[in-house]
Amino acid sequence: MNGQSEVTIEDVRRVAELANLELTQEEEPRLQRDLNAILGYVAQLNELDTTDVPPMAQVGEVLKTGPVQAQGEMLRSDIVQPCVDRAEVMAAAPETDGRFFKVPKVIER
Amino acid sequence: MKEEGLKSLTIDQVRDAIAGGRTTATALAEMHYDRIASEDKEIHSYLSLSRERALSQAARIDAMAQRGDVLPPLAGVPIGIKDVLVMHGAPATASSLILKGYRPPYDATAVTRLEEAGAVLLGKLNCDEFAMGSSNENSAYGAVRNPRALDRVPGGSSGGSAAAVAAGFAVATLGTDTGGSIRQPAAFCGVVGVLPTYGRVSRYGLIAFASSLDRVGPFTKNVKDAARMLEVLAGRDAMDATSSDTPVGGYVAALEQPVEGLRIGVPEEYFGEGLDPQIRAAVEKALDLLKAMGCVIKPVSLPHTKYAVPTYYVIATAEASSNLSRFDGVRFGLRDSEAKTLADMYRRTRDGGFGAEVKRRIILGTYALSAGYYDAYYKKAQQVRTLLTRDFLSAFAGVDVLVAPVTPTPAFRLGEKTDDPVKMYLEDIYSVAASLAGICGMSVPCGQTQDGLPIGVQILGQHFGEESMLRVAKAVETSQG
Repeated sequence: MNGQSEVTIEDVRRVAELANLELTQEEEPRLQRDLNAILGYVAQLNELDTTDVPPMAQVGEVLKTGPVQAQGEMLRSDIVQPCVDRAEVMAAAPETDGRFFKVPKVIER
Repeated sequence: MKEEGLKSLTIDQVRDAIAGGRTTATALAEMHYDRIASEDKEIHSYLSLSRERALSQAARIDAMAQRGDVLPPLAGVPIGIKDVLVMHGAPATASSLILKGYRPPYDATAVTRLEEAGAVLLGKLNCDEFAMGSSNENSAYGAVRNPRALDRVPGGSSGGSAAAVAAGFAVATLGTDTGGSIRQPAAFCGVVGVLPTYGRVSRYGLIAFASSLDRVGPFTKNVKDAARMLEVLAGRDAMDATSSDTPVGGYVAALEQPVEGLRIGVPEEYFGEGLDPQIRAAVEKALDLLKAMGCVIKPVSLPHTKYAVPTYYVIATAEASSNLSRFDGVRFGLRDSEAKTLADMYRRTRDGGFGAEVKRRIILGTYALSAGYYDAYYKKAQQVRTLLTRDFLSAFAGVDVLVAPVTPTPAFRLGEKTDDPVKMYLEDIYSVAASLAGICGMSVPCGQTQDGLPIGVQILGQHFGEESMLRVAKAVETSQG
């Protein structure tokens, strides 16, 4: 964010690859433009000195009561419980033999 | 009961009418389905109807009534569910093509709780794709129109949920709110919408957008119905480790307590430049009426407010990019069948299945989490989230609730903001800070513009402070007459 270097079209392609998204020729420049606009707007966070401010991932972290205090209690006991029906889960899959999900070949040659 | 009367039908009226034998749950469900069939073509609030399940539940309630059993709190109440919450065997699209045809094998906890309380679940409601949007224009199945002004958006992302209540297509609905997606559409459509405290209502069975922000909450026609719904929905659920075991309040009973002496903070940052003068006037009038009822009105400051939107769009998109990686064509929904390799299948499925806004957010979130940018964006935003939360905690040291506008403008026209993501994101300027801090909030109607567009006032409560919030909401509602 420092110096606010522009997002290039190569950056967009690299991030799309990380996200497993295939972008079209039209989508790439549009996303580059949008990303630069949004990150330009996000850059104002740099106005704030956040030295020694702890990052907050969950609301529970800042509360003395509720989720944080009970963090230990919130975990379920490790007991086998009935789960969703396997046949129904497999039935929702695009391709399956009833026991496993089938996918195209994994290793590219 | 006439069909037009459905528009103002409330939970108490439904229960009383069924218990008194003046109507049946089945008749009410059918009347709602008739109204949806004739009127929802224009509004487009429902994506699918769960008629069989609804009518079998209605028959169960009718049998109870006939036997003279004590009816559960939502007996026979027709309710619609936002299509990001799953119902066993019913379509669950999240308004995305990538989940077209998917029928989940289980019920969301919120769905189970409503049904156990007697509710009749009519069907699934349109929304922005994966709840990403502020206008409901990002639905892959088409936009929703605002029942109060058909050329306007209903708000988003729970646009269908708000519109269905406003149009009388359900007595109440469920929505979800990640950055304002319950409060803003409630304000735009002139209904009541509640964002419960993070952890108050289970998220099990909610198709995740941003897990540290996502919340499930009700849309209703009045404050008492909202309190009733919340009582049913709230509570610890073993299936959601972030759900809280903080005792559930008597929300309906709390409405009986007068608001006299309650301290109301007015955050100056929420009344700055860009606020529509008619909204400002309506909110200030609501504050005057609260003062007349004995509330103590105090100015407060939430100094980091202007950083809430940029903070939100880093955190929410980062979490979304991670959550949405599960949509890969392997286990459910769409799969590109042309692909020859696994990697190719992932990419082509996701490219064909996700809409433009979802891709934009996945790209932004992935960028913010990628090597070399994590500290600058994601960690920085998490630190500012702490500052924003501290703002609220200090304000609540001196006041019981905060009162502010919900949105800077009333409902805008379809297509008005779709070209500029930053402009659309600024729609959330008064709602995202509460989302980041995890506090509760709600929108209550407080008047309308000269053009007849609804105006909502936002009431924000402390963590698990739903009772005070609802009491003030009730007072606002009463003062509106």
